[in-house]
Amino acid sequence: MSAHSPIRVKTLTIDGRECGAREDQTILEVARENNIFIPTLCNLPGLSNAGACRLCIVEVKGVNKLLPACVTHVSEGMEVTVNSERLAKFRRGILELVFAERNHVCSVCVTNGHCDLQSMALTLGMTHVHFPYRYPRLPVDASHERFVVDHNRCILCSRCVRVCDEIEGAHTWDIMSRGVECRVITDLAQPWGQSESCTGCGKCVQVCPTGALSEKGKSVAEMSKRRQFLPYLTLMREGRR
Amino acid sequence: MTAAQTKVRLATVWLDGCSGCHMSLLDTDERLIALAQHVTVVWGPLVDAKEFPENVDVTLVEGAVSSEEDLHRIRLVRSRTKILVTLGDCAITGNVSAMRNNFGANAVLKRAYLENATLDAQIPRQVIPPLLAIARPVHEFVPVDVFVPGCPPPADLIFSVLGDLLAGKMPNPAAKFG
Repeated sequence: MSAHSPIRVKTLTIDGRECGAREDQTILEVARENNIFIPTLCNLPGLSNAGACRLCIVEVKGVNKLLPACVTHVSEGMEVTVNSERLAKFRRGILELVFAERNHVCSVCVTNGHCDLQSMALTLGMTHVHFPYRYPRLPVDASHERFVVDHNRCILCSRCVRVCDEIEGAHTWDIMSRGVECRVITDLAQPWGQSESCTGCGKCVQVCPTGALSEKGKSVAEMSKRRQFLPYLTLMREGRR
Repeated sequence: MTAAQTKVRLATVWLDGCSGCHMSLLDTDERLIALAQHVTVVWGPLVDAKEFPENVDVTLVEGAVSSEEDLHRIRLVRSRTKILVTLGDCAITGNVSAMRNNFGANAVLKRAYLENATLDAQIPRQVIPPLLAIARPVHEFVPVDVFVPGCPPPADLIFSVLGDLLAGKMPNPAAKFG
């Protein structure tokens, strides 16, 4: 931002607290700066926002629908509610649908104990899933030399798609089909091991919130993710621009 | 009132699980002795009774509902229990017991009784209860009052839940799945 276009400051309230923000900030960013917790799964600092998981939904006064905080920009005088009975109920419902949609068997998962989805269930107080589980039959692709994709554990957050495109610059990952048929794919839905664009950097594995992407040779509960590289890489690139 | 009448009538039920949740209950170790002064165990895998008794105060249920027998049993248990507690991930989510669901009961029977049998291979039609098409969590069949997650739930968690129930409080266990 040049000296000729000064940063405009907006003021808004979040759960009754007055907050100041830059006009280009999202509700989620401002909430985090003010230590106000909004649950997220698809968001990862250092990557763009996708609004995929909808856990960050908030109420904005004067708007009848709920808005995802990660992709909603602040405006002057905005009155935001991030904690209410209604929001807690909807967020739990969203989370339960995620669990019901695929086969998340925590006890035998490579990321048991290190999983964002598993810990979110605890954070949001999900005691059980009120919806009938779908138990879909989904493939596991272990064709890559070093990594595995297990579609049973994928929550379609698109972190892998974004890190591969935005940070690694390879765009090996994408999402295929619609609705319940959605699936993360490598190249043109070819086996990962045959992908010509994949550089084998493993960033997708590290940013994946669940056991959907893991390193080969890791057994139950052995796959913890290392994400320290991400803010560093993002910072270095911003500095170069 | 005699001492026996003031004691809490506790039952434990083992559906489609590995018995790990029951093992975890036993892992409360010497605290079980103190517990025994406040409860009477009226039903469980090691209790020699023919039928699930009436007027049970608390029943802990391990395992998913996997067979016709499980379904029959959980309905009877619910009708005779005041507070029904699902103990562990199989009872709450289906967990490992439900991993057969996406390839079907027949594939499981074929694998267990035909492909892996060395002598007189046949799928049993008597005594062994028929499997349901899919294994499901307990709350999909009967109302559940308390959910205690974990595979297995840690002994300390089970003990604190039982402690709350004995004190007349409704427990709200905060623990992770898996």
